[in-house]
Amino acid sequence: MSGIHVTTKINGDEVQFVCEADESLLDVLRNRLGLTGAKEGCGTGDCGACSVTVDGRLTCSCLVLGAEVDGHDIGTIEGMAMGDELHPLQKKFIEHAALQCGICTPGFLVAAKALLDHNPEPTETEIRFGLAGNLCRCTGYDKIVRAVQAAAEEMNSAKKIQQKVA
Amino acid sequence: MRYESPTSFKAAAELLSKEKGQAFILAGGTDLLVRMRTGFIEPDLVVDIKRIGGSREIKKTESGFKIGAAVSGAELGEHKALKKAWPGVVEAANLIGSKQVQGRCTMAGNLCNASPAADSVPALVAAGAKAVIVGPKGKRKVAVEEIPTGPGKTSLKKGEIVESIILPKRAPKSGDAYLRFIPRSEMDIAVVGVGVNVTLDAKGIVTKARVALGAVAPTVRLVPAAAKALIGTKMEDAALDKLAEACAAACSPIDDKRGTREFRIKVAGVLARRAAIIARQRAGGK
Repeated sequence: MSGIHVTTKINGDEVQFVCEADESLLDVLRNRLGLTGAKEGCGTGDCGACSVTVDGRLTCSCLVLGAEVDGHDIGTIEGMAMGDELHPLQKKFIEHAALQCGICTPGFLVAAKALLDHNPEPTETEIRFGLAGNLCRCTGYDKIVRAVQAAAEEMNSAKKIQQKVA
Repeated sequence: MRYESPTSFKAAAELLSKEKGQAFILAGGTDLLVRMRTGFIEPDLVVDIKRIGGSREIKKTESGFKIGAAVSGAELGEHKALKKAWPGVVEAANLIGSKQVQGRCTMAGNLCNASPAADSVPALVAAGAKAVIVGPKGKRKVAVEEIPTGPGKTSLKKGEIVESIILPKRAPKSGDAYLRFIPRSEMDIAVVGVGVNVTLDAKGIVTKARVALGAVAPTVRLVPAAAKALIGTKMEDAALDKLAEACAAACSPIDDKRGTREFRIKVAGVLARRAAIIARQRAGGK
């Protein structure tokens, strides 16, 4: 079987790869590109551990074919921190101990960032619904929700300070 | 497996009709890829329709809205004019799966997957939506309720693709609503779903109504007797009782782990009442 040649952008960088027709984006990221942040939990779109964004929209990379993303922009957990500077969500997850085994964490972070990009001041209910597609089997959800609330607060106050300075 | 991403529906229909093996259409993939992964199907050909012009567009036209077959749930939810005209359809589509699934899932896919519990379908049927189908013999337009014929089965012929879904233009004082029962608060499959769509006159009397039930029969069911119970009334308690009775009578559900037959029949009536009240409020009635 001949491979399919795909040109895409991942976290802002142009990336080219060759994949099989039935290969998922998740498998391409992990097995061909060495981006192992996205995890395979269920492989059927239920657990959210493989969450990425495609053109800014949150999706499960296990439910996308690698061949489909030609010409599209992919965002993964690897693009979240700015160099050594962790994203506020990542910092708050650590501070609030919002992880134990960590398998679900990249997916939760990508989903939480997509949520805050769309809705910078979510209520607790909105956070819980927004993250309903991500399953955690060890920490429990309260610490995760608190971490997202704390990150949102910090990001919003930083924005307000910037606006005042401007 | 071969993967093709043609740029016209005609080319897509040709690919599908010429394929000798198992061929499938890929829009959002939230059902197709799961079925591939779990080994239910082994496609020889997958035809991705997302590179076809118009497939990812919502167009407001003279006669209503034309929604491309690959428009995602999230895109429907962000379209203000569509949400204002057809809030019941949009809320039904937005109930499908998680935020991740919403980023990809489509109403055309929900329709063609032909699950009796598909959330967007009762709302589309109540809305009087039509599906535009492209095939080897040209285009045809059918009422959405004519597409699913049983669990996982459709009336689409080999090579045919739903190109778009048409929602009619809204008459003044109209409203629709969709409600479903699930044992959890999110991320579940409907045990019962009810779509109600009404138009009122200046006095608040129902002049037109359509009621559709999901998850209580092998296909989503349009219930003319339920609509009849509302027409000519202001939806007083007696009319709502008749609506609930008509809905219960139209059910022929299965018993399964998510709900017994008796429970589904009872809940169909309860949800129909509640959805009718919301639809009336949205239509500007009291």
